[in-house]
Amino acid sequence: MTEELLDITVEVNGRPRSARVPARRLLSDFLRHDIGLTGTHVGCEHGVCGCCTVLLDGKPARSCLMFAVMAQDHAVTTVEGLEGDDGELHPVQQAFHECHGLQCGFCTPGFVMSVCGLLAENPDPTEEEVLEGISGNLCRCTGYQNIRKSVHRAAEALRETGQSATGPGRAGG
Amino acid sequence: MKPPPFRYVAPDTTDDALAALADAGDEAKVVAGGQSLIPLLNMRLAAPSVLIDINQLTDLDRIEVSEARVTVGATVRQASLEHDEEAIRRLPLLGQALRHVAHPVIRNRGTVVGSIAHADPAAELPAVLAVLGGTVEVRSTAGERTLAAEDLFVGPLESSLDPTELITAASFPVPEGRWGSAFEELARRHGDYAMSGVATVVHVNGDGLVASAQAAFTGVGPVPVVVDLSGPLAGQDPTRLDTAEAVAAARGAIDPQPDIHASAEYRRHLSGVLVDRALRAAGERAWHQGGGE
Repeated sequence: MTEELLDITVEVNGRPRSARVPARRLLSDFLRHDIGLTGTHVGCEHGVCGCCTVLLDGKPARSCLMFAVMAQDHAVTTVEGLEGDDGELHPVQQAFHECHGLQCGFCTPGFVMSVCGLLAENPDPTEEEVLEGISGNLCRCTGYQNIRKSVHRAAEALRETGQSATGPGRAGG
Repeated sequence: MKPPPFRYVAPDTTDDALAALADAGDEAKVVAGGQSLIPLLNMRLAAPSVLIDINQLTDLDRIEVSEARVTVGATVRQASLEHDEEAIRRLPLLGQALRHVAHPVIRNRGTVVGSIAHADPAAELPAVLAVLGGTVEVRSTAGERTLAAEDLFVGPLESSLDPTELITAASFPVPEGRWGSAFEELARRHGDYAMSGVATVVHVNGDGLVASAQAAFTGVGPVPVVVDLSGPLAGQDPTRLDTAEAVAAARGAIDPQPDIHASAEYRRHLSGVLVDRALRAAGERAWHQGGGE
């Protein structure tokens, strides 16, 4: 049986990106393999680890639990979309850097996207809200304490600079 | 990890979706949020030959709140209901349960009706529908019908829906009079399916005493297990419940199975602890706020 291929166009980081894919192509694989954005990491592929988290219309979602064809009417933001014009880190990324919120870095893009979504909805989260906000992401290195600190630091930086939590960043403020 | 191949259909209207379902029958699965179905596809535990995506059916993306009920359309995300202040004010149990459903990121995509249609006995929302005596609106090309929760859930991941039928909405009735609710559960890890969970509703009469009480358990039977605890609780002060008899009755009514996470005895014990907490919280709320948080 020859599998039917669909021509799809998905808005990724503000640009329309097209590919010819089977219906079963996961959004995570579309991002990594079809359009070469390997910043989105793939861990468990059943929604548990959170590594593949991207923003869908500004809200965090698992890219492994969605088919690329289903993303056609939506705007997808990946970790690459957080980069400023001159390559500067986004305040959330900068906060992870400053607070040592990563070690091996595999889970980091997923954490960063979840935190962007969290801070867009809640710019000044309590400790409990931070824990709830990152509860869907697994990290095997850090023990989470520095990630927790990074989220508070990022919230502070975003409030100080008045920047968008989900748009391209200027860590310098 | 790759799902098995399928034909993808994304109808623009409910009628087209029903026609596609009628066409494909039990070869098809409906996808909305996909947060339960797509893991099953990724692990190849399910292999439908047709996937019917109902996300274009914008007329189903509606929450309706009246005095009597909160009605949630088939494409409403769990996060949308969680953040709908009017719906949560009318029926706080929805909010009390939704915050236990997986993680915030999953709730951004997962739908309320999808969770009910999936009929996982460990899931929270089927228990909420069951404890309130709620219903679902079901349509197919042959017509439409309203199905009570007790008739919908028939086994683990098994509902009484015909393969050609689509749940278009779930309807959660608001209890009458003065009442309070609570949801309690315990999971090994935050966001996992719980080893046991329970939704409770406690009603208070005009004299301020318990009139009736219901509980619905998750994870301790093939379907949400509804237990009427009015007998042991009626006539008590809702703020100072003696729950010993109710806890014993609940433990006797459930049939937990052992698995990798917990033994049957532990689940039975845990269910009693949780229902005790949930009844006390619901009783307090019934007394103080007449149904509120």
